[in-house]
Amino acid sequence: MVTKTLPDLIPDTELTLPPQAERKLANGLTVIAIRRAAVPLVEVRLRIPFGRAPLAPATLLSQALFTGTGTMSMLDIAAELQAVGGSLAAGLDPDRLQISGNALADGLSRTLEILAGVLTGAAYPGEEVVTERERLVDNIQVALSQPSHLARVALLKRMYATHPYAVQTPAPQDVRAVEPEALRELHADRVRPGGAILVLVGDIDPEQAIDVAEKTLGGWTGEARDGDIPPTPALQTGPLLLVDRPGSVQSSLRIALPALTRTDPDYAALTLGNLVFGGYFSSRWVENIREDKGYTYGSHSVVEHFAAGSALLAAADVATEVTGPSLLETTYELGRIASLPPGEEELEQARRYALGTLRLGMSTQAGLAGLASVYAGFGLRLDHLREHSAALAAATREQVAEVAARHLAPSRAVTVVLGDADKIEAQLTALTAVERSAQ
Amino acid sequence: MASRIQIPATKYPVERFTLANGLRVVLSPDRSAPVVGVAVVYDVGIRSEPEGRTGFAHLFEHLMFQGSENLEKLAHFRHVQGAGGSFNGSTHLDYTDYFEVLPAGALERALFLEADRMRGPRLTEENLRNQVDVVKEEIRVNVLNRPYGGFPWLKLPPVMFKTFPNAHDGYGSFEDLESATVEDAQGFFDRYYACGNAVLSVAGDFDVAEATALIERHFGDVPARPAPVLPAFDEPGLDGERRESYTDRIAPLPAVAAGYRVPDPIGAFDAYLPFSVLAEVLTDGDASRLVERLVQRDRTVTNIGGYLGFMGDEYQVRNPTALLLQAHMPPGGDAGKVLRTVDEELDRLVADGLKPGELERTQARMAARLLQGTDEVLGRALPMAVLELQRGRPGLLNELPKLISEVTAEQIVTAAATLRPESRAVVEVLPGAGS
Repeated sequence: MVTKTLPDLIPDTELTLPPQAERKLANGLTVIAIRRAAVPLVEVRLRIPFGRAPLAPATLLSQALFTGTGTMSMLDIAAELQAVGGSLAAGLDPDRLQISGNALADGLSRTLEILAGVLTGAAYPGEEVVTERERLVDNIQVALSQPSHLARVALLKRMYATHPYAVQTPAPQDVRAVEPEALRELHADRVRPGGAILVLVGDIDPEQAIDVAEKTLGGWTGEARDGDIPPTPALQTGPLLLVDRPGSVQSSLRIALPALTRTDPDYAALTLGNLVFGGYFSSRWVENIREDKGYTYGSHSVVEHFAAGSALLAAADVATEVTGPSLLETTYELGRIASLPPGEEELEQARRYALGTLRLGMSTQAGLAGLASVYAGFGLRLDHLREHSAALAAATREQVAEVAARHLAPSRAVTVVLGDADKIEAQLTALTAVERSAQ
Repeated sequence: MASRIQIPATKYPVERFTLANGLRVVLSPDRSAPVVGVAVVYDVGIRSEPEGRTGFAHLFEHLMFQGSENLEKLAHFRHVQGAGGSFNGSTHLDYTDYFEVLPAGALERALFLEADRMRGPRLTEENLRNQVDVVKEEIRVNVLNRPYGGFPWLKLPPVMFKTFPNAHDGYGSFEDLESATVEDAQGFFDRYYACGNAVLSVAGDFDVAEATALIERHFGDVPARPAPVLPAFDEPGLDGERRESYTDRIAPLPAVAAGYRVPDPIGAFDAYLPFSVLAEVLTDGDASRLVERLVQRDRTVTNIGGYLGFMGDEYQVRNPTALLLQAHMPPGGDAGKVLRTVDEELDRLVADGLKPGELERTQARMAARLLQGTDEVLGRALPMAVLELQRGRPGLLNELPKLISEVTAEQIVTAAATLRPESRAVVEVLPGAGS
């Protein structure tokens, strides 16, 4: 056999940021516009601060926002957006209401007009709201049958206890009790431009796009009620929480660990430590429990950032009969990254991955829009990409080891396992203290 | 209502050539971002699996990542990700794809990795047993442990079709997966993974002359092997409605899917394309016919979707295929009633035609979605590779927005008139949760 050698990489060119502009409008809305002209589209992302909004009405509001205004029916809104190749939808997370969508670039003005009509005149018509309410209840019922959702619900509760982040999906009975009037009141109270950020990315002239936004959204006014969320509490370790899901043919293993905010000086080192542990396919955790032992289709760990705090979350769905062994290997890998510096080549590989995926993420309009919008939600701008890239490039093995010891140690882990408790409890008890969840 | 918007198209360049060993190559340069997408597709999919080997095409896809002539197990993953890139592969009814997206400076590395496994993957007993376990977990996480798992892509074909290639479970039975051997894998590779049965496609930031030289360097010495003869998978259409149901023990609410046979996506593309637009007229957004009627007005479904091809790959599938409608219902929902309403709305469409603006706005939204897809380098490399493989026409990707905008109201009506109850297959999900 002829041995062939792996070709070298051609070093990356310097990171270039796309042309952009920013303006804070008189009504308090910040508009950021970025030009990437590869396809004649424009991506739209609007984030409105929504922390501490009552969960059931806020969730239903996000689903019913586009059901009609004083002058347009739900059908009109959908059809007129479609006519310019557009689509808009709203979603809710614990910090904000987010409206996302896109349209043909020539349709930017019309899309923003329709958006403005909804922001200033959403009517929440009774019949449509009732329809959306029933649909939302049905969707929550389906979510409650999904192991990934149930495991997350249990983990959030375990991590955040009485903090507002502890419950992120409303109970069906709470949704059923929401009347249209409550949505109108919540909208009047909270769907306001103060503190909101609009990001436009695409085949646009940034300054002109902001002019269009100013013209169409200038009539949206008002200050939102303060919705600041207190900082998240430190994770309280304790027994592994076992959640019973009788008949499960897999166990959902979920672990929370402390993390750092995006702007913490050690964040780049934590990012790299997380990658080496379990944050990408070529991580120790995946190579161990998937590629060596075949316990799982996939495992993944990621730092999740909310406005009031960050956490590192690790997830794997594993075969029921190897639930204990999977936890053992996971604990072993956490202990290893927390006790020993990563290998040089291993760290370089993770570093190149982190730097490369930043570039891949900015190579599309949708990717840029998502990134700019997420960053803006934390008070950052796209130039943070340069700072974060420089920090990733500079982090040493010692720094990674030091931050991993503080954040990835198994003694810091909060662990939840969802599965067929009668089949897995003994496996888990052999390794750690276990507490069954109260149903 | 705004005046009709112009449907824009893309003008991605397309260069095609064939290496001496038969490997077809498609290049689409675009210097707007410093990234490249590399795709290799093989003309073999679920429909080509031998009887008794359900799930084998997908299992084999996993084996292609387990090392090759010059690469140890795990090396492929590490080399792609260690170059700052991402990778994956997927198995479809009619093809299997492998792809990477990377910073532009890693193009040669990706070509090396793909060429090495085209010459020969490491098919060992240990890797096979490991990946059988991994695939079983994949099936558990995506099908067995999840409500509506495999609905409708695994559940509708056995109702709709009668021959093994079209009707069997593409994820495979655990029994078939466990009994697979290294010899089976070697035979499958020898038969289907010939360079003459593959297309390599590269899109993104590169120079055509340099990329061509790199491709010659890495793929030029892959031994020439011709493509096997492609069987015809066609079978007669339905001669009456076929309806089945099954209980999903963890699903909380009922659901239903219906499939209608459509014209040959390749041999009769002109007749096929209107069905693609029709599916959107029926189900794209709150202003579409079935969403407006069934979700908003009647409240008989929670959501409804419509698309062509069981895996949603409407321009990357061969004959026979289907237009699918799938709906989830509220508690106590009645699938029969939902289907009767669908028939009523189709009759209305056939009798009254489209409303002013209805076709144009649907076409505008379809164009926007196509454009968003092609903004990613892999959104060009992958479909171009498959369009070359199946049609010898990678440039069709650029033409689709225009072709879609030329579909007429008459063609939509003609297409809708073929969607009759007696020509459909239906599968209902009965909720088993809580019972």
